[in-house]
Amino acid sequence: MTAAIKPPAVLPLVEHFALGLDAPICLTWELTYACNLACAHCLSSSGRRDPRELSTAEAKAVIDELERMQVFYVNIGGGEPTVRSDFWELVDYATAHKVGVKFSTNGVKISSAVAERLAGSDYVDVQISLDGATAEVNDYVRGVGSYDTAIRAMENLAAAGFAGFKISVVCTRQNIGQLDEFKAIADKYRAQLRLTRLRPSGRGADVWDELHLLPGQQRELYDWLVLNGENVLTGDSFFHLAAFGDSLPGLNLCGAGRVVCLIDPVGDVYACPFAIHESFLAGNVRSPGGFQTVWRDSKLFAELRKPQSGGACSSCSAYDSCRGGCMAAKFFTGLPLDGPDPECVKGYGEIALSKVTPGLSPKPSLDHSHKATLANAPVMLTLDRKPPSRDCNEDPVAGLRVEALA
Amino acid sequence: MSDAQLTDLPATFDPALPYELHPQVEIRPEPFGALLYSFKTRRLSFLKDPVLVTVVRGLADHASASAACRAADIEEPARLEQFQRALATLASTETIRERST
Repeated sequence: MTAAIKPPAVLPLVEHFALGLDAPICLTWELTYACNLACAHCLSSSGRRDPRELSTAEAKAVIDELERMQVFYVNIGGGEPTVRSDFWELVDYATAHKVGVKFSTNGVKISSAVAERLAGSDYVDVQISLDGATAEVNDYVRGVGSYDTAIRAMENLAAAGFAGFKISVVCTRQNIGQLDEFKAIADKYRAQLRLTRLRPSGRGADVWDELHLLPGQQRELYDWLVLNGENVLTGDSFFHLAAFGDSLPGLNLCGAGRVVCLIDPVGDVYACPFAIHESFLAGNVRSPGGFQTVWRDSKLFAELRKPQSGGACSSCSAYDSCRGGCMAAKFFTGLPLDGPDPECVKGYGEIALSKVTPGLSPKPSLDHSHKATLANAPVMLTLDRKPPSRDCNEDPVAGLRVEALA
Repeated sequence: MSDAQLTDLPATFDPALPYELHPQVEIRPEPFGALLYSFKTRRLSFLKDPVLVTVVRGLADHASASAACRAADIEEPARLEQFQRALATLASTETIRERST
């Protein structure tokens, strides 16, 4: 056998990313758990402010660190970030320190005066959440009046000349037939459409069975993205759909703890925005060494940056495309992290899910949901937050987990 | 990332002209080359060749784009053409721009 001598292969970019970078490419920063809405699928179970949230000075210190690490932009969210009284002060501080900001909002504070101000800044981008192209579909999950609030914000931004703001849609069973209508709304306001995946994270776990896409709808979404994908953003959400055929635009990689992460309102650093659970907690920005030390030295992130085996998926022909899908989606549906995604397009997720005991999948570690039901709160079909462990078991301690026996 | 934006601008790049990094673009060195972010277009891009990073950083110090390439020892015609194509792409995305001397 003759071995040809080859020059050392240049590592593809995606492999560099899989092994982690010295600083995240971008990160999500949830500024507060407070929110004026109570969306049924909120992935951070937001509602009430946490008394331990970072102070203005602490938040500025995080921005200083991001500047030093050359993290060029942050995706600010919540909760509803604009209800923080120092929100604009922090946005100004970030942009003055070369940390660009894209913030997600339900639009509640985007008055025409605010829109004018935003239109004047190159460094700030706005993302309005809209989960239905009609009030009926949107308000079903986001609450009564939330559609009108979002549309008013878009009208204000468009009137102020803010072109290219984002309209962010979580794809659900109820809105997937409205993709063309969403695109028309984006075009009308000179905005850009962004579609993301519903995750069973936070309160999303409670409504996952009712909202997540049916297999045929996943195909419909994939085909639509192949046709329209060039001008539609996805935040790399749908790489699990790559197993249908060609990859969608984007990195097609789970960046958790490798190129992205989440800083939550109390300064906890999680591997990704969809994984607010102690299993994915890497550290806190208040600890010595701050965010940089958490990013570079945490044991959890070191683990995530090791080469991953495909586990149960490694023998699947699609593994190179989908890479086993979304870690958070697996975790919160009770599936092993080295197995198929619950929405695996080959159907392996459904088989795996059928073996999971209902009610025993991990619950979020934190819940900041409003204690009293808001007057406009969505009313979902899924009434009970914890399904009985068996179909007919109504014993109040049924399903109680006794660790010693587990 | 797929959240980076696409901008369609006419690609007018002449290697005989002087260029510079766009003032609203920042460079972050990485083991594979560099990560670039434009605060103007909010576009993120990656330079996968450390030599190209050197060339981009050096543009402002040379009388022309091709002089910047030569200063980085890019002489071989095929490689020079490759670099000029990369620079043309960077010009079309407003990562670099023509410099008024």
